[in-house]
Amino acid sequence: MRFAVAERDAALAEAAGEVLAKQAGAERIRAGWPGGDAEAVDAVWRTLAGVGVSGALVQESADGLGLGLDENALPPLMEALGRSGLPVPAAETVAVGAPLLAAAGAPQLPDVLKGSALITVSLTPGAPVPFAARADLIAVPDGEGLRLFARDEVALEPVGSVDGSRWLAQVGAPAGGGLLLAEGPAELAVAHRRGVLATAALLLGLGGRMLELTVAHVRERQQFGVPVGSFQAVKHALADVELALRFARPAVLAAGWAQAAGDSEAAVRTSMAKVLASEAARKAARTAIQCHGAMGYTTEYDLHLYAKRAWALAADWGGPAEHRESIGRRLGLAGPADHVSEGADA
Amino acid sequence: MDLTWSPEEDAFRREAREWLAANVPRDPLPSGDTRAGFAAHLEWERTLFEARWSVVSWPEAYGGRDASLWQWLVFEDEYHRAGAPARVTQNGIFLLAPTVFAFGTEEQQRRILPRMAAAQDLWAQGWSEPGAGSDLAAIRSRAVRDEGAGGWRLTGQKTWTTRGAFCTHLFGLFRTDPEAERHRGLTYFLVPLDAPGVTVRGFERLDGDEGFAEVFLDDVLVPDADVLGGVGEGWRVAMATTGSERGLTLRSPGRFLHTADRLVDLARTTPESTGAHRDRVVQAWIEAQAYELFTLEQVTSIVEGRPVGAESSLNKLFWSQLDIALHETAAELLGPEAEIDGPWSRGFLFSLAGPIYAGTNEIQRNIVAERLLGLPRR
Ligand SMILES: Cc1cc2nc3c(=O)[nH]c(=O)nc-3n(C[C@H](O)[C@H](O)[C@H](O)COP(=O)(O)OP(=O)(O)OC[C@H]3O[C@@H](n4cnc5c(N)ncnc54)[C@H](O)[C@@H]3O)c2cc1C
Repeated sequence: MRFAVAERDAALAEAAGEVLAKQAGAERIRAGWPGGDAEAVDAVWRTLAGVGVSGALVQESADGLGLGLDENALPPLMEALGRSGLPVPAAETVAVGAPLLAAAGAPQLPDVLKGSALITVSLTPGAPVPFAARADLIAVPDGEGLRLFARDEVALEPVGSVDGSRWLAQVGAPAGGGLLLAEGPAELAVAHRRGVLATAALLLGLGGRMLELTVAHVRERQQFGVPVGSFQAVKHALADVELALRFARPAVLAAGWAQAAGDSEAAVRTSMAKVLASEAARKAARTAIQCHGAMGYTTEYDLHLYAKRAWALAADWGGPAEHRESIGRRLGLAGPADHVSEGADA
Repeated sequence: MDLTWSPEEDAFRREAREWLAANVPRDPLPSGDTRAGFAAHLEWERTLFEARWSVVSWPEAYGGRDASLWQWLVFEDEYHRAGAPARVTQNGIFLLAPTVFAFGTEEQQRRILPRMAAAQDLWAQGWSEPGAGSDLAAIRSRAVRDEGAGGWRLTGQKTWTTRGAFCTHLFGLFRTDPEAERHRGLTYFLVPLDAPGVTVRGFERLDGDEGFAEVFLDDVLVPDADVLGGVGEGWRVAMATTGSERGLTLRSPGRFLHTADRLVDLARTTPESTGAHRDRVVQAWIEAQAYELFTLEQVTSIVEGRPVGAESSLNKLFWSQLDIALHETAAELLGPEAEIDGPWSRGFLFSLAGPIYAGTNEIQRNIVAERLLGLPRR
């Protein structure tokens, strides 16, 4: 028994963290909003690809792009990415897209691993797809499978998001077209679980970043002649955010381990992680805005960039209620029919 | 990350499970916070001791098994899963003993620990006073030097002393330096409750059990040998082990995992349960698992030499809120049966004490904000 991130997984997260610390401040998140300099975001993404981020879960290949890690690598890496707020399809690429491209022997893999082609994936039929409005490659469900298309092969209809850096679009893909990336409930379930796990870890990072910003603010901001952070109402609210984040993190780590180990509880562990991380990030966002006062209710200050991402991701890849429902079924509590992509290992 | 148990830990689990299956009383014992129930629980404590399960993590010389922290967790898990009785010896074993191990002389360790393990001496915690609850440093009970008798004369009042009416001994803080303020000038004393000058009055808790007591001390002579950790050092000695009271050792995950399983069973067998019930049941179940995972991470830290410190306040906040959530959810499922006297309603009443004892949750939030987040003190 050792409940701690392994050295090599921590090393990758650290390498990514160094790149992000140097190149990805809040201005990079703004760059990812419409009208911003999206190329500046892509440049960071390529640098991250260079340290192995995109290919973390891909077997090592001749060109040395894949790192051959397992799902244990996702929690620390995605937490670092989440903390930065970098507006890229991180879960979609690292946890889902790249491993599926590799398994399918798809020729697009090298460009994705280099970060020169932006890929996005959605496993929810009919839902608007994040980053579809600016991705080069788009994978969407088609019956029992998942199919990959180039952007000019599909019809795209941009959809506004609370988080402008999400580049949501409704995707119309020709039935039976594109390249078959995954097929059948079992393969889809693995992909789905990885996406959920990665998103949960992104949420932890976002929550941590919002808490950090807020702690710094309430130590500085003075009212009634004292820092507002000395008021107990503020302290207790922030203590509750810390509590929620600190209890969500082990659940995310455990989900990564369960997936990598092929544990029979992997599905439950993954849903737990998403529930706890989503609720913690929402609480962090809500509390952070409250403790900032009106300043937190502006777009000039950076907080909203992280909060909006948290709201988007808390609901993406299944919101808390949906994942509780799925756990409930596995605990033998009666409920409506299973989610399509989770049915396989029920 | 490696969430598998070693073969040794598995073997330890099997041994514990088999012994518990053969020995845990078939019918639940009456509450250990009543006089009759306490006696029944003592018998159980002695059964545990004879099979060397009463203090698994202690050295063998004192009645333990030298179990690692991991093995201790395994034992706790099995203990709760087996539905074994509540530990009426807990305040000695989990609160006093760590302090005796850390600060006691060898003579004290040898005199105190084996009798505690065997449930011959039963220890009550004498910290709170009528005027000193959260503000423990405000205690007024005092100890005056009696050079001739080679000891101290204790006078004052302790209160809310758990099972004080049934215990044989008290550990508590007393003011030895009348000039010193607040947390200075305090000393940690060990007091037999049958000493001349001690009066104990039991009284009822919210659940109607005589689980509380007031302890009045009137010029009670305590020899120097029963000072723990040095005169004037009481605050430091007491605080050094508050972590065990708030955190892991007071409330291991097994207790909540077991309650969560009972809750899921209750939901399964409640035909009227709705989607809204299910949502709450699952959330409470998830939180029980989250508490276990948090403790696995914490034990890894401890084992690898990273001390827990103020983080035990996170444990305390989480388990106390979780316990209430589990029981309130059960009450929702039980509907009109929720008020019936039984394990769920009793558990509910007890869960309400969680945010109060071992340092109230407001105090814990202060600690998290100030020590973990670095927010300014006022
Ligand atoms: C079931 C149970 C068993 C117990 N067993 C024992 C025992 O065996 N031995 C023993 O010594 N004691 C025991 N206690 C007493 C316990 O330690 C005290 O109740 C606790 O320390 C709180 O003190 P108090 O009751 O005086 O509340 P108070 O300190 O008067 O607090 C009242 C309210 O004010 C709040 N408050 C106080 N100070 C602050 C602050 N600085 N910031 C914010 N809020 C604050 C509290 O959180 C609480 O909500 C037990 C209590 C219970 C409920």
